[in-house]
Amino acid sequence: MPALKNMPLPAILVANDLRDGDVVFRAADGWTRDPRAAAIARDDEAAQALERAGAAATARQEIVDAYLIDVDIRSDGAPVPRHFRERFKTLGPSVRPDLGKQAEFVGYARAAAE
Amino acid sequence: MYRYDEFDERVVRERVAQFRDQVARRLSGSLTEDEFRPLRLQNGLYLQLHSYMLRIAIPYGSLTARQLRQLALIADKYDRGYGHFTTRQNLQFNWPKLREVPDILSLLADVDMHCIQTSGNCIRNVTADQFAGVAADEIEDPRPIGELLRQWSSLHPEFSFLPRKFKIAVGASENDRAVLKAHDLGVRVVRRADSGELGYEIHVGGGLGRTPMIGKIVRDFLPRGQLLAYVEAIMRVYNAEGRRDNKFKARIKILVHEIGLDAFRDRVEREFAAVGVAAAQDENEELTRIAACFAPKPYARLLARSDSFEAAKALNPAFADWTESSLHPHHVEGYAAVTVSLKPIGGVPGDMTSDQMRAFADIAERYSFGELRVTHAQNLVLPHVKKDDLFALWRMLAKSDLAADNAGLITDIISCPGLDYCALATARSIPIAQAISTRFADRGRQRDIGPLQIKISGCINACGHHHVGHIGILGLEKRGQESYQITLGGDASENAAIGELLGPGLGADDVPPAIERIVDTYLELRNEGETFIDTVKRLGVGAFKTAFFVGERNEAA
Repeated sequence: MPALKNMPLPAILVANDLRDGDVVFRAADGWTRDPRAAAIARDDEAAQALERAGAAATARQEIVDAYLIDVDIRSDGAPVPRHFRERFKTLGPSVRPDLGKQAEFVGYARAAAE
Repeated sequence: MYRYDEFDERVVRERVAQFRDQVARRLSGSLTEDEFRPLRLQNGLYLQLHSYMLRIAIPYGSLTARQLRQLALIADKYDRGYGHFTTRQNLQFNWPKLREVPDILSLLADVDMHCIQTSGNCIRNVTADQFAGVAADEIEDPRPIGELLRQWSSLHPEFSFLPRKFKIAVGASENDRAVLKAHDLGVRVVRRADSGELGYEIHVGGGLGRTPMIGKIVRDFLPRGQLLAYVEAIMRVYNAEGRRDNKFKARIKILVHEIGLDAFRDRVEREFAAVGVAAAQDENEELTRIAACFAPKPYARLLARSDSFEAAKALNPAFADWTESSLHPHHVEGYAAVTVSLKPIGGVPGDMTSDQMRAFADIAERYSFGELRVTHAQNLVLPHVKKDDLFALWRMLAKSDLAADNAGLITDIISCPGLDYCALATARSIPIAQAISTRFADRGRQRDIGPLQIKISGCINACGHHHVGHIGILGLEKRGQESYQITLGGDASENAAIGELLGPGLGADDVPPAIERIVDTYLELRNEGETFIDTVKRLGVGAFKTAFFVGERNEAA
């Protein structure tokens, strides 16, 4: 499959679960709702592998709208999206801290907001 | 209220069954997302940033207490305990699961509701003046024509694949409260001065989005009985000639603009002649049948003045403040239409919890014949409240945090969901609304400023109507940051106007102080009793630009 040219790295693959719509991340093995468990691509080859995994899961009708997003890696190793749009997608609505990933993974959300 | 007949009920039930089957096929993998997307959109189901989103139609903004209770039940059982009222008088749930949507649709069908045509390139849910049927200034209740248009346009085979979406609004008053001129089609009931004959004034080609345009009058008087034939003629011209080569030029406003109003009118009139007006009697009969569902309520005979109401106001300044911004004249003496603000200071505009929905349903049953309305400004209305009951009503609303006294004032802000929820958004809207609301929280200051409409959109599609805000705010992305453009002088009323850009984009934190500078300039320059929008129209945007830029420099220094 064609890899995204000039995709800034490192990157993770984000998608929505088909059945529930929930935001999910490609993990080392399968999909996770925990952004800290997302597989991080640090080179083009790894990014292409993530894309292939996304395309395969899309074809199996497990997920929709899969795409790579570039991230910063925090000191604890957790990825935080560089673009504000993807940060909101990863965390949940900024006006409802009680909802979305930010409510589930409080420590991650607090650090990501810094 | 209109009640489904057997035919309506069967159509909606069949549609639920059909969608249940489509979802099952999607989940089993026999439908791809590309195949499924148009099917889900036809049932109001979007995929947003965090989740799916379900948009429920509230035809002409009218709801019953029973329907609101059902929405509360759905919010609790299938969503996160709240819903969001939109500028198209619809309700959106932000967290439904695809596998559960058929069950939600089934619960909606139980109370004569659905999500049909709340998305996609079809004729969308018809919106209306929120005071329809009660306003002292209206010619007649416009909801029967709203319902007539709804029935005609629902699942209409010829108009299910239009070049682009098509939005209709109806009203029946000189005072436009439904933003008729910002719709693809606006229908206003009018009365001929000489003969007293009732008919329709037809506006076409209005719309906001990336190319904002004010609707133009294509027919200043259309006789009764010919509405559907005329609208059909408009739809045919649009369907045949609207641009399908470019999504951004596909709305009817572009067609009208490109060929010109006269040429457009000629084509419509030709088509109208071909469609024929022979069906006028049928339309009038159907309209009479529908109108019977909207018969006047069994009002009590009351005096125009309520002594208990006047006494309560005299004794309770907070109640008096609330009445000042919340009441609208009712055509029946002794009654008022009450706007219930969904804009508590610092809150999310248009959001309502399931507990509030249930409490409000009880209140509507007790005080307003079980009826309520949704406004395009994301508030609710209790259309028929006895003035004698207003004080008790206010106290009950306060118990559910529904007694905000800011309807029509600067903190009554329209805001789209923006990037907190929406996949199309380029910036957040809600936090900007919250910050402005908090900054102008003081009631005395709000009252001094007077009527002022701030409208915020989180992208160029303009769901937050920013183009017609007295102050409009548009959220964009600029160099990886959220950036906000401010426009001035927009008007959503019968004097509709598109706002003018004030200056370069601002960062989120700079927006509330900029709004404050604009407002201070108004307070300084206004004539006695002059509203914000009138001052802007009198002086032009230039007067405010100077202050805007001077302030910018001062704050940067």
